[in-house]
Amino acid sequence: MSDPPGTTKSVSQTNDELLSSLRPPTLAWYLLAFFLGAVVACGLAAFTWQMMNGMYVTGKNRPVMWGFYITGFVFWVGLSHSGTMVSSILRLSRANWRRPILRAAEAMTVFCITVAGLFPLIHLGRNWTFFYMIPYPNQRGLWPNFRSPLLWDMTAITSYIIGSSLFLYLGMLPDLAIARDRSTGWRHKMYTFLAMGWRGSAREWSVYHKASTLMAALIIPVAVSVHSIVAWDFAVTVVPGWHSTIFPPYFVIGAILSGVAAVITLMIIIRKIFHLEEYLTPLHFDNMGKLLLVISLLWTYAYFVEVQITWYAHEPIEWEVFSYLSSRYTPQLLIMLVGNSLLPIIFLCFRKMRRSIGVMLLLSLWVNVAMFIERFLIIVPTLSHKNMPFAWGSYSPSLVEILVNLAALAGFALLFTLFAKFFPIMAISDVRELEVREAKVPMGRTRLPSIAGKE
Amino acid sequence: MQKLTSPYKWGMVIDLDRCTGCGACVVACQAENNVGICEKQEIAEGRNMHWLRIERFWVGEYPDVRVRFLPVMCQQCQDAPCEPVCPVYASYHNPDGLNGQVYNRCVGTRYCGNNCPYAVRVFNFYPHEWPKPLDNQLSPDITVRTRGVMEKCSFCIQRIRRAKEEATLEGRIIRDGEVQPACAQTCPAEAMTFGNLADPASRAARLARSPRRFHLLEHLGTHPSVVYLKGGGREHV
Repeated sequence: MSDPPGTTKSVSQTNDELLSSLRPPTLAWYLLAFFLGAVVACGLAAFTWQMMNGMYVTGKNRPVMWGFYITGFVFWVGLSHSGTMVSSILRLSRANWRRPILRAAEAMTVFCITVAGLFPLIHLGRNWTFFYMIPYPNQRGLWPNFRSPLLWDMTAITSYIIGSSLFLYLGMLPDLAIARDRSTGWRHKMYTFLAMGWRGSAREWSVYHKASTLMAALIIPVAVSVHSIVAWDFAVTVVPGWHSTIFPPYFVIGAILSGVAAVITLMIIIRKIFHLEEYLTPLHFDNMGKLLLVISLLWTYAYFVEVQITWYAHEPIEWEVFSYLSSRYTPQLLIMLVGNSLLPIIFLCFRKMRRSIGVMLLLSLWVNVAMFIERFLIIVPTLSHKNMPFAWGSYSPSLVEILVNLAALAGFALLFTLFAKFFPIMAISDVRELEVREAKVPMGRTRLPSIAGKE
Repeated sequence: MQKLTSPYKWGMVIDLDRCTGCGACVVACQAENNVGICEKQEIAEGRNMHWLRIERFWVGEYPDVRVRFLPVMCQQCQDAPCEPVCPVYASYHNPDGLNGQVYNRCVGTRYCGNNCPYAVRVFNFYPHEWPKPLDNQLSPDITVRTRGVMEKCSFCIQRIRRAKEEATLEGRIIRDGEVQPACAQTCPAEAMTFGNLADPASRAARLARSPRRFHLLEHLGTHPSVVYLKGGGREHV
């Protein structure tokens, strides 16, 4: 760190710093992994209990047939938009500040969508027959119902899991090769296998750059379609409060909002734990803050339009849903509006706030709490007060549902903890590429900016 | 592919001016269709299994209070919201115009229950038991549903099947009034009339043309097969 400014650090020094997360685990790491594992085990036990006994262990009832599980599903699908947003869009728009965070964001996408994909299976009445929904060849010659949004969901989520895993893996190839060259024992064997013989030749790099740009462009439509399809689960029904054409774009915006907020939270955690203050600077938080501000404004607009049109139309059944929502769930509604609109819009206008790690942590956490509430408020109040007033009801989550949702959070954290320990969490080659581009080249007695400075 | 056609389109006409709200239909339905017996707690939690419910509405202010009853069962919609959303075809449309429900196909997404505007689909949250000697009452014609599946009114499809078999043997179609579901059979006020709406001469079809007719939530365009009759100058009663 004693290098004079303007020079590139030695290659091995940079690699050392960026690969520091791969050092042998400490006691604290084991404790964390054990704790997260324990929470996941609790959730698994709760799920097993539900499977052995029946859906009555949840809080669901006759009018409210979906509850915390589907809330969790939509929430985690939303979070999974982080990687795509930060990585692909910023890659295509050539924003250099994306480099230190793109790996974490891409990994987050993969783990979030994996966790999200479990919820629809958990919430089934007969989980053991889930394969009926898969188009497998069977004696009856029976296909699944392609008109059902649930089938679209399954198709979209499977595509997104495959696509985002490939995206993550492709971006990691050169870094796996670096890890391979610097490891021994079983890890060396693992990285050798995963690096697929990467040598770093000019041809490999050229193919790699083409492939990653292509991948970045291809993954964006997939991401947008995934959350649109999740929105269709609601929008194509005849349920008042769900049947709304603004849902697909509104859900996508909400997804990006929670995704960007989650990336900010993750950046703060990674920065702290792996001491990467030098790579994740206030500039990065400043930029992420601007992004969050824009998305928050968009979300506010979408929410305003949704409520305002319903209010203007004042269709009695639909308006009843909104009245019930605002009277029964007033505190939740306020937490949501403050967290998603008010606070981000007020705070993120100021550079000082955007560059303050504490403020950003608070904001990003609050946004995600608010987004979970938002999903809940879309699903539950609507179902509670549907068309037939005689069959109205209410819902509160049971312990089993809460445990499963906590386990999902812990499961995600556990997957991420393991990933950070075994795979390079910083995109080494991307970071170094930027450093080389920005470095000044000695030319005679002076130093001049490198001609490779532009992408 | 051969187009599935049927000479039947089953429907029901419920005369609300006749309904006394006695609840005999609810009991008959429960007895006929192996509907699960619910504990007190189960009902308190809003998880009762009735395929047919009597909605009760108070009209007017004290002392001039009237009570109106509305029996609601599956409306057997011709454009049913429950059908397209089921990913596994557990909820399907049969050629006679009924919304079928295949219990052993159902995986329990409960999507149909959410999308049903009439909230008449019931879900087996609990496993149900028929303690002795109640198990003797179970009908052998109908599946006993396990927990985790959706169920709903079928217009007593087992009775329709039986009548159809007899009619086929005799080389004719089912005569008007030959088959009726348990609720219509039991109704002491004869408020319910079941029949083939495709036959314009059937009693149900004739009643369904009454100027007193209306459908529940007609604006949703679900085209229900259940027709309600109300009014005729006595709507204040």
